[in-house]
Amino acid sequence: MSAKKVLTTISSLIIFFSCVGNAHSIEPDVFVQSTVNRAAKTLSGNLSKNERIEKLKEIAKETVDIRGIGLYSLGAYRNDLNDDQKKKYEKAFEHYFLKSFSSRLAEYSNPEIEVVSKKKINKNYTMVNSLLVATESRPAVKIDWRVYTKNPENLLIRDLIIEGLSLARTQKEEFASIINSNDGDIDALLKNLNNFSNK
Amino acid sequence: MYYIINLAMKKIIITFLISIILTSNVSAGTDGENDLSKNSKTVKDCFESLNRGSFALNQGLDKVILKPVARAYRGLPSPVRTGTSNALTNLSSLITIPNNVLQGEFKTAGINTGRFAINTTIGILGIFNVADKMNFPEYEKEDYGQTLGVWGVGTGCYLVLPVLGPSTVRDTAGSFINVLGGDPWYNASTHGNNEFLDESDYILTKTLTAVDFRANNLETIENLEKNSMDFYASVKSLYLQNRQRKIMNTNATIEVIYRGNEGDWEEIENQ
Repeated sequence: MSAKKVLTTISSLIIFFSCVGNAHSIEPDVFVQSTVNRAAKTLSGNLSKNERIEKLKEIAKETVDIRGIGLYSLGAYRNDLNDDQKKKYEKAFEHYFLKSFSSRLAEYSNPEIEVVSKKKINKNYTMVNSLLVATESRPAVKIDWRVYTKNPENLLIRDLIIEGLSLARTQKEEFASIINSNDGDIDALLKNLNNFSNK
Repeated sequence: MYYIINLAMKKIIITFLISIILTSNVSAGTDGENDLSKNSKTVKDCFESLNRGSFALNQGLDKVILKPVARAYRGLPSPVRTGTSNALTNLSSLITIPNNVLQGEFKTAGINTGRFAINTTIGILGIFNVADKMNFPEYEKEDYGQTLGVWGVGTGCYLVLPVLGPSTVRDTAGSFINVLGGDPWYNASTHGNNEFLDESDYILTKTLTAVDFRANNLETIENLEKNSMDFYASVKSLYLQNRQRKIMNTNATIEVIYRGNEGDWEEIENQ
């Protein structure tokens, strides 16, 4: 085999493997649009409310960093947790989050969201800007998505910013209020999370 | 004449006193550091029990009065609602323009003056947003609370005012400036001494503004309430975030949203 052929084969192999390696990587804006499309399809389909909720939960588990949001929402209190409390908290938060997320979305029917632009914040995060299109009953709403891009093959949503207001930050301040009004007792938050999930 | 001078002096003294109270609040509460350099966690809920009481009262009033009225308003034909909303937004320019000037935003003040003139005349009292069709830049409301914030006045404690809703000491002081001569619409309707306008017109526009806001946010508020474990804390967080964003005069940039919170995201990388 000539040197030229060897080089061509090696180059082809490098290109092939780099393509395979990137086969599942996806741009953050495409990821958001496809997630939104999946949710919209679920909401506009002929499913019962419970079926919709279960389907939305599945989508959330695949596309949202529930554990990360849970830790962020605890603020400085996360450093006070022992292993047992941390385990219990993560479990309770996931149930709470999935219920809250799916029941918020299940109320909407066929929401039309258009991804407008994206901006890389740093190596770990990209903000994707989108617009919830106006309807007869409400004006258009700006929605920004904080996408965690550390693993390009497994992008995850970490926050939604609606008209400049961060849902993760709101949740963090809500949790802090509950803990503070119970003299710093994190178990009180766990109790509230479990009560919400069992409602 | 003596009465007018006396009234003007009284207004100057009240404004001066409010400025002194707020400025001393900055020095005492934040060691002189501009409040904007810190995050909203620094806004203390000094009167939480009282605030929660007012919040409960407001929720009751909302349930019995505002929400049903907003629902009925939502039933009106879309062009009627849009026209009302446009006219109210146009009227708010009368507060926005002086605040643009006070914040040193002279170009924006000029643009907003042009917008107001066009919408009030060609747009028939602001019912039609002609300036928008002429590609004027997006309109951002300003008020005296925001101006005080831009000047570096501290937020003061968080407040929930009966009927009026969430506020802070600084924003409440800003609202007082409206009725101390800072709102030309208030001056014309309440002290205008003319046969066309009176106080009821001012009250009507303020009421319509509240109804219009509520009608635009019926589902959002209901959804938030249903999915909050502490609705009071959620509303407080959203109000303070919104004010912070408006004072920074930016459109939801990352620096504003996570001001002082970005470290939290970095920290959880390691957990």
